This record gives sequence, C-alpha cells and structure tokens, in this order.
Amino acid sequence: MTQQDSALRRTPLYAAHLRSGARMVPFGGWEMPVQYSGVLEEHHAVRRACGLFDVSHMGEIELRGPDSLKLLLRLCANDAGRLEDGQVQYSALTTPEGTIVDDLLVYSRRRPEHYLLCVNASNTSKDFDWIQKHLEGEVDAFDRSPDFAQLAIQGPQAEAVLQQVLDASDWLGGLRLDALASYHFYERARGGLQAIVSRTGYTGEDGFEVYLSPELAEELWNSLLELGKPLGLLACGLGARDTLRLEAKLCLYGNDIDETTSVVEAGIGWILRFEERGDFFGRERLEREKPVKGRPERHPARLLVGFEMQGREIARHGYPVRLGGEQVDQVRSGAPGPSIGKNIGLAYLPWQQRRTGTAIEIEVRGRPARAQVVETPFYRRPRS
Amino acid sequence: MYPDNYLYTKNHEWIAVEESIGTVGITDHAQHELGDIVYLELPEAGQRFDANDVLGTVESVKAVSEIYCPVSGEVVEVNGALTEHPETINSEPHGAAWMVKLKLSNPDELGALMSSTDYQKFVSAGGH
Repeated sequence: MTQQDSALRRTPLYAAHLRSGARMVPFGGWEMPVQYSGVLEEHHAVRRACGLFDVSHMGEIELRGPDSLKLLLRLCANDAGRLEDGQVQYSALTTPEGTIVDDLLVYSRRRPEHYLLCVNASNTSKDFDWIQKHLEGEVDAFDRSPDFAQLAIQGPQAEAVLQQVLDASDWLGGLRLDALASYHFYERARGGLQAIVSRTGYTGEDGFEVYLSPELAEELWNSLLELGKPLGLLACGLGARDTLRLEAKLCLYGNDIDETTSVVEAGIGWILRFEERGDFFGRERLEREKPVKGRPERHPARLLVGFEMQGREIARHGYPVRLGGEQVDQVRSGAPGPSIGKNIGLAYLPWQQRRTGTAIEIEVRGRPARAQVVETPFYRRPRS
Repeated sequence: MYPDNYLYTKNHEWIAVEESIGTVGITDHAQHELGDIVYLELPEAGQRFDANDVLGTVESVKAVSEIYCPVSGEVVEVNGALTEHPETINSEPHGAAWMVKLKLSNPDELGALMSSTDYQKFVSAGGH
C-alpha cells in the first residue's frame, strides 16, 4: 500500500468521530480526535468513571518462528523470556548505545515462536525496518498494523462497561474480565476475525486495550458508548490522553524518550533484566548506569524527573529549564495536571540534582517561572 | 450572539466603547477554538499599547494564544479576578470575562474594526 506523504491516514472510526462531534488534528501521520466534549471533562471522566479512546493508529508487529524469543532477547531491554502465554510486558527496543528506538508492549501469544508487539504510531515503519534489519535465524516479522483497529477503555468503571459489551457480543461472550490480571490478555479468533483484550493502558487507571479486526471496530465503539453512557463513559481524545499519561508519568516517545536517551536515564530502568540472558543491544552501558546498592559509581549522567510549577504558568515542551542559572535541558513534556490541580512537567536533570525539592526555573515567554522537582507519578489512583 | 454595540478584530478580540474608554475581551469563537482555558496573563494598569501589540496571553490545555490590542491606548483597569478563574472566558466571553479597559489614544482606529454583522460573516466563512 502506498500513501501520499501529505495525506493523513484515517482509522476505521473516522466517521464515528465526526458524528460524535470530535475536533480532528494531525498526529503521527493520522487524522485523530483531539477532543469531543472538552479535554478537562474527558480527563475527569477517565479518573472518575470511564473513557473510550480510539488508538487504532498504534502499530502492531508480529514475530513468527522458533527464534522469535531469541530475537526479542537481543533487541529489547526487558526479558521476554519471563512471559507466559497470555502475558504482556512493557519494554523498549534499544540501540547498541542503550538509547531508545521505541517503547512498546510485548505480547506472548505462543512462546517462543509467536509474539505481537504494539508500537507507537509515529515509529511503526522505523521499528519494522529496525527489526527486519536485525532478523537472525528462523524468525520473520510482519507489519500487522492494517489488520488491527484498537480501542482503549480506561477508568474505574472500565471493567463493568467492557464486561457488559462482551456479554452482549455473540463471539466474545464468555470472557471474564474479573479473572484477567493486570498485564495479561485474552485472545479470540473466528473465521478471519480476531480480537485481543488486554488489561493494559496509558492513563494510570485500571483499563483495557482491545485489538480487533477493523471491520468490527465501529460496532464495538458504538456498543461501548451506548452501554457505557449510564456508567459515565465519555469518548476521549488525544488531549485527555496526554494529560492522563503525564500525571501517571508515562513516557511519550519523541518528547520524553528518543534515540538520545538511555533506558536508565529515562527512568524506565526497572524494565531491565540482566540475569539469565545473553547480550542485548545497549547491555554494557545500561549495566554501567543502572543503580545498584553498594556500587555508587553506577548511575546515569542524568535522570528524567517530574516537576511542579509553583505559580500559575504552564511549562510546555521546548521551554528552557535552568538550574542555578544554567540551562540544563528543555521541558520534555509539560501541561496542566487536572486531577492534581498543579501544572506539571518532565525534564532531564543532572544525576546529582535529581532529588525531590530541587528548585529549577522554567523560562516561560522570556521570564523565569519557579518550579521544583517532585515525586512521581504525580497522580496515583486510590487503592481500593 | 455577537453584541451589536461591540466592534471586532480579525484575531477575535472584541471592544465595547463608551466615550473614550474601550472594554476588551475575546470572542465566543475564540474561546470555542481554544477549548478549556486554564491560564490567562494580562498587562498592568498604566501600560500603553499600540493597535495590534500583544496585550496578553491565554492558554488552553493544549495551546498558547496571544491576545492583541484592538486599538491604541493605555490600560486603566484590569480584570484581575479573571486571571484566577480563566475558565470564565469559556462560559462568559462577552460579559464577565472582560479583560482590560483602555483609554483610547486614537479613536479613529475603531474604523478599521468589524461590526457584529461583519464579524459573524467572517466567522461563518472560517474566521481566518
């Protein structure tokens, strides 16, 4: 399939978005809804009830062949060998320098020979080419993005809403969400159609991501809106998706992480596993950087930290960040935090200055605005 | 929708003039385009501006937008309460969300602005 560079791609839900009154914007080469009723209302709906997102722009890459696991063990920071079938893990494709090609989810469908990777929309081609370039042994990679639409249902009512919808479905009935643990998934196939329901998300709330054949997407979307409405479900766009993930301190590729940031610097060093696996791209540097008790020399040069603005100004991507009068970074991500009532952001600070309470300055329209480093995530959902 | 006794700019500000004092705000079209407004920065009383100078800044969750001075003048009053509740701009853009009062230095400049009928047409045609 070829696409004109200037033409934005549309998901199977494009018409549904227009019907719902969505405001559409370009994102990663796609025309996507940024908001429906309003970013703040949508943000609050996710934290208090339920939000529904079209995330069909995300990429899906399939690995097939007995050497699939070996490939993942070489290319990814997290250890895919720990995955049982039906389990998912957050991971990163790394460069030999330990920096990030992409962050992704790895789904184990049939170990060691069948995996599905969910990658960022803006990196789908890049990731596919990267994987192709490094194929070794009996494994093939396939870009399955055109075969999957994707919906995210997020919030404390997500399970209740999605369960109703599954129960009303003729071929997805029988799936019990109360038995689906976090970072696990179900899959169903019938005829040429397929669906994956995983307990994952990008909001800091409980929730699900449903991957399914594109021809089923609109019906599922409508069903979720209809059955979810009495429980407070709202359609939500990329605007709310961004404020939600920022409050939860989830990284956005291109803003917070990229091929200049190492896995440890980015604060996602928790995904690294070094034992019982061989070499992987970036292992040497990442092992040197990952802090370890008793080895004070092991640390990265800098760390992605969260900060809170002290006044009313909002920090935005690209604004200079100063420490002791010197510019140390630019704001990587910055926005209001509607659930916490503060304006927040992320930036890289030198390792020695990473601690909470450190005073920094963000330049907003030529003037310094005070901020300080805080604990993250900025928002944590109340444990029930 | 757009008060008849106000005048309007291409950048979606309005000005209501009484004798030599003009009250300035942004229009319903502007607030709708911006979405949920979360921040407002206004000048101080005593500051002077020429027509089309940047008067202040308004921010929605996603975007930063400048407010331009419709005509030349000196700021004589600022709606300070509005900076604490910028969301009022979304709900009452033509009334409670007035931003500054200007003492006009050159009332002839008002001739370059649009009437409410013309502004309505301008917005219906896209507002650019």
